[in-house]
Amino acid sequence: MKKRVGVLALQGAFREHRQVLEKLGCDVTEVRRTSDLDGIQGLIIPGGESTTIGKLLRIDEMGERIKELGAKDMPIFGTCAGMILLSKTIVDSDQYRLNLMDTVVERNAFGRQVASFETDLQVPALGVNPLRAVFIRAPYLKEVAPNVGILAEYNGKIVFVRQGNLLASAFHPELTPDNRVHQYFLNMIDEH
Amino acid sequence: MTDIGSFKVKTGLAEMLKGGVIMDVTTPEQAIIAEEAGACAVMALERVPSDIRAEGGVARMADPSIIKNIMAVVSIPVMAKARIGHFVEARILEALGADYIDESEVLTPADDSYHINKHDFKVPFVCGCRNLGEALRRIGEGAAMIRTKGEPGTGNVVEAVRHMRTVMSEMRALTLMPQEELMTAAKDMGAPYDLVLYVAEHGKLPVVNFAAGGIATPADAALMMQLGVDGIFVGSGIFKSGDPKARAKAIVMATTHYKDAKLLAEISKDLGQPMSGIEISTLTESQRMQERGW
Repeated sequence: MKKRVGVLALQGAFREHRQVLEKLGCDVTEVRRTSDLDGIQGLIIPGGESTTIGKLLRIDEMGERIKELGAKDMPIFGTCAGMILLSKTIVDSDQYRLNLMDTVVERNAFGRQVASFETDLQVPALGVNPLRAVFIRAPYLKEVAPNVGILAEYNGKIVFVRQGNLLASAFHPELTPDNRVHQYFLNMIDEH
Repeated sequence: MTDIGSFKVKTGLAEMLKGGVIMDVTTPEQAIIAEEAGACAVMALERVPSDIRAEGGVARMADPSIIKNIMAVVSIPVMAKARIGHFVEARILEALGADYIDESEVLTPADDSYHINKHDFKVPFVCGCRNLGEALRRIGEGAAMIRTKGEPGTGNVVEAVRHMRTVMSEMRALTLMPQEELMTAAKDMGAPYDLVLYVAEHGKLPVVNFAAGGIATPADAALMMQLGVDGIFVGSGIFKSGDPKARAKAIVMATTHYKDAKLLAEISKDLGQPMSGIEISTLTESQRMQERGW
C-alpha cells in the first residue's frame, strides 16, 4: 500500500518535496489546515522562511497538533526552515517553534544570500557516494544533546541529524535529483 | 567541490520565497511590521512606487544606509532595487549584502537599450515582464526570478492580471507547437531559442514567477495565486493603506489559503481603507512604468 505523507504547504518549497515523494511512490497530502494532518504517516516541513511558516502555524493551533503527532512518534523531517522550527533553542530569537528536537540552531549561520553555496557532503548513513547539498541562507546546529545522532557535518558544522522519529537537514535535498535523503525518511516511516 | 553563488543557489532562494509575500518598506519600523505580519522578504526602498509616481523626477537606488538599517533589524531576506542597466548600483547593492536585486522599471532606467548582465554577479536578480518574450530575455541575461510588471503604484491589479494571463497563454501555445515552429516563435517573441525549447517541453518558466504591480487587497493576492503565480510582491498597497499591520497579515494569509473562499471572506474583514488607486486609462504613456525595459 502507498505511504501517505504530508508536506506542510503554508509557504516555501513544498511543491519540490511533493514531486520527490510522488516519484518515490507516495500518496502526498499538502497540509494547509489542521484537518489535513488526519491520516498521514509522516510529515515534511519544507524550506521557506521560518518566521513566516511559524506565524501561519499558529492559525487554528496547527503547530500544537504537529507537536502532539511528533511527540507520539510520527516521523517528521524538517529541511532548512523546517530544521529551525523543529529545534528547541533558536539562537537570539523568540520566534514560534515546534520545540521537538534537543538541538540549538543558529539561523542564517553561513551568512546572507551572497554566501549561499552547493557542495558535496559525506553522509555515511546514505552510502559511500557523496551527496550534492544546496545551502541557502542556511542554518546549522551549534549544539545537540547526546540523544541526537549526527548524520553529516560540513567544515565541522552539524548540518544533518536524526533524533528517533525526527530528521532535520540544513540543506535542501528537494532541489537536487539525488533522492537518497527522502528514501531514508521513508524508511523511517516503514520502521515506525 | 563547493560552488558559491551558482545559478542553482540563486534560483533556490526564490524557491524558498514561494507561497509568500514580499513587501516594500522604507524604514526599519515598517520592516519590523512586515516581518511580524509574516512577510517572507522585504524590499528596501527610499520611496514606494505611488510616491515616486506622485513626486516625479529621477528615481534611483536607495541610500545604502536605508538598506543597511533595514538589514540590521530583520532576519528575513532583504531585497533592493537598481535602475535598469545600472550595473554599478547593482555592484553597490551586492557589496552591501542585499539578498536579491530587483532590476526595476519602478526606478528611472539608466540605459535605454540594455539590461544588466546578471550572470556576472553572485547575488541573484529578479526582473519584471509583461509577456513571455520579455521574461525569457531577462532569464537569458541571468535573472533567477521573474515577476509580472503590472502597473506599479496604482493599487490597480488589472495590468498584473493581463501580464500573467499573457505569459501563461504564450507558454501554453508553445507546448502545443510542433518542433519546426519553435524557432520562428523564438524569433517573433525575441526570446533565446534554448529557453523557448525549455518552455515548450516543461510548460513553465525555468525560474520562479511572482506577481507584482497593483496588488492592494487579500483578494487581489489570492486572484494572482489562482492565476498561477508562485508568490506576491506588494508595493504601495500595504503602507499606503489605512491599517498596514492588519492588511499585511491578511495578505500573507490570503497568499497561503488562496483557494479557501470561506477563509478569504474572514481574512478580508475590517482591514480599514485600502490605498486609493488609479484607473490605468488616466495615465499617459510616459506615466506607465511598465513600458520601461527592452
